[in-house]
Amino acid sequence: MIETLEMGLGMLPEVILIVLKILLIVIPIMLSVAYLTLAERKVIGYIQVRIGPNRVGPRGLLQPIADGLKLFLKEIIVPTNANRFLFVIAPILALAPALAAWAVVPFGEGLVVADIDASILYILALTSMSVYGIIISGWASNSKYAFLGALRSAAQVVSYEIAMGFALVGVLLAAGSLNLGEVVRAQDGSFLHWFWLPLLPLFIVYFLSGVAETNRAPFDVAEGESEIVAGFHVEYSGMAFALFFLAEYANMILVAILAALMFCGGWLSPFQGIPLLEPLFSWVPGLVWVLAKTSFFLFLFLWFRATFPRYRYDQIMRLGWKVFIPITIVWLLVVGAAVLANLSPWFD
Amino acid sequence: MSIEAIIFYVFAAILVASAGAVVTVRNPVHAVLFLVLAFFTSAALWILLEAEFLAITLVLVYVGAVMVLFLFVVMMLDINLVPLREGFMRFLPVGIVVALIMFIEMVMVVGAKNFGVDHYGEGIKHAADYSNTKELGNVLYTVYVYPFEIAAAILLVAIIAAIALTMRRRPNTKSQDPAKQVLVKRGDRLRILKMAAERKDTAGE
Amino acid sequence: MKTVVNYFRSLMLWELLLGMKLTGRYFFAKKITVQYPEEKTPQSPRFRGLHALRRYPNGEERCIACKLCEAVCPALAITIDSEQRADGTRRTTRYDIDLFKCIYCGFCEESCPVDSIVETRVFEYHFEKRGDNIIDKKQLLAIGDAHEKQIAADRAQDAAFR
Repeated sequence: MIETLEMGLGMLPEVILIVLKILLIVIPIMLSVAYLTLAERKVIGYIQVRIGPNRVGPRGLLQPIADGLKLFLKEIIVPTNANRFLFVIAPILALAPALAAWAVVPFGEGLVVADIDASILYILALTSMSVYGIIISGWASNSKYAFLGALRSAAQVVSYEIAMGFALVGVLLAAGSLNLGEVVRAQDGSFLHWFWLPLLPLFIVYFLSGVAETNRAPFDVAEGESEIVAGFHVEYSGMAFALFFLAEYANMILVAILAALMFCGGWLSPFQGIPLLEPLFSWVPGLVWVLAKTSFFLFLFLWFRATFPRYRYDQIMRLGWKVFIPITIVWLLVVGAAVLANLSPWFD
Repeated sequence: MSIEAIIFYVFAAILVASAGAVVTVRNPVHAVLFLVLAFFTSAALWILLEAEFLAITLVLVYVGAVMVLFLFVVMMLDINLVPLREGFMRFLPVGIVVALIMFIEMVMVVGAKNFGVDHYGEGIKHAADYSNTKELGNVLYTVYVYPFEIAAAILLVAIIAAIALTMRRRPNTKSQDPAKQVLVKRGDRLRILKMAAERKDTAGE
Repeated sequence: MKTVVNYFRSLMLWELLLGMKLTGRYFFAKKITVQYPEEKTPQSPRFRGLHALRRYPNGEERCIACKLCEAVCPALAITIDSEQRADGTRRTTRYDIDLFKCIYCGFCEESCPVDSIVETRVFEYHFEKRGDNIIDKKQLLAIGDAHEKQIAADRAQDAAFR
């Protein structure tokens, strides 16, 4: 027993280091989630010829903090006949996997908390966990709107996961590894060596499934405010409601950064292999490229939301099962053949 | 006791407790959620055994997909528990006997005699860069390729059989076909006519 | 052949890209938001805001308690009591408007034979207590006194159309 204690004490610095690493990732994520909400309101405002929030702080920059403070001070109401335990635990179940998935995301060469071999699988497993937050919240609220939202979301997320999984299978076929760092390294070369070109259909399917997985417009039937009020989180208020929002936006950022890593060369410079520009931009750290690419995909999320009307539910299911999955399966065969043939410049 | 052993016993205790709760709690939704917890903790145990591919696949397939559908179905059921509990005492002796027989049989088959530690020796500790996924893939697609493909074919047959058994077309239901709907173009529904403007004073009369 | 083209086009997400091009163009368009407390949209002289009771230039109140406004009010927001003064004229003793009931239709203004009850351009006001929503004769006259110049100018501008 004493040995164990001593060993535990010996591991203490390591534990502190791990906690520090976790904080180093979680705090920037929380901040970017906060400012993503502002960016969303600004971008959608601009597209609708408005200017968006600009009252709190200079140009509205303190708006997310005001929103957070307001939600933090609000009462958490538990409805009568709701299942109290599950009602409270559901937002945590939504947020925890959204944050845990970040452990394996590399932000640069070697800049990763846990460099595990099966990182793509790990992310796929954790994103599939996040549906529990939605289902449990919908069921525990004891409200028909919440329940309908939960049912829609469950079916939708499970169906799009298949298309997303197939798209990722294509990536791992092309890269020959499940490790995200290896996937990026396999795209080394130039702008045209990145996987977006040979895997273009898979790239599009992955990103659109990512939009559907995170329940964002135009696939946001889980909260479809025009037909089921606010869907699964209709009964939530205060911080519990805020946790769902944090989870949704953290997942959005995750999908965006994964798209950047797996299809757009991650931390590799887009000017690689171009004679004049490459030395000009060689001083830019890889982290900047990752974040720039991620921001572009996040902007696409907001652009989609400002452009497209919500899909009808049966059309969502048709798109997932009858369009995306066949496309991915066909393209997997193409990629497999290309890899076997060592098609240059991608697979040599 | 090492840290690993402590972690093992913690997860094992959670696993056994949640597995017990699956069959004892009254609310079926709670039971399904306990089953999810059981899967999750057993995945954690597998990770302790360096089987990260199996562990993650367990979470991905069972927790992420199968149990979601279970939950989906169980949530929509409106089960009245009282009739289910009728005659519990009457069937208890038979149940205990069956359970005992099964328990003894399982001990005889998977007990220490066949699957004890001394049959395997010490587990080999691998370095951090050891890829369990690659290893599994190599074995699965070389030594076990026929069993693997046959299992896949059987599963496919089962899927098709399940659909064939349950699908029936009722002739007089009015359902939409979204595939047909999305193919509609503007030209199929809308015709724009050119016509001369009418004078206001004659049109009013 | 046509269906093949259609399939190909929908797989290219052509129409979706067109839609995104449209919204993307508006992203850079000039924004039309009015920054309300600092900027205000122009008001018409016929604007119907808070009510007021007017006076003649000699200081005598115009209202003769004919109760036409009370009768025409579709929301039953106006309550009037009257008495006869020592000089034989009839005047109101009470003129209450319930601003919660009022729908700002302007019928009272139109019905008034002496241009007494009018609706002003004032629209930025609030109540802090229950009961504040009912404004009485004294308050109405005070509003009229405060904005008489604007009110008179608006009526003069609109006179040709009455």
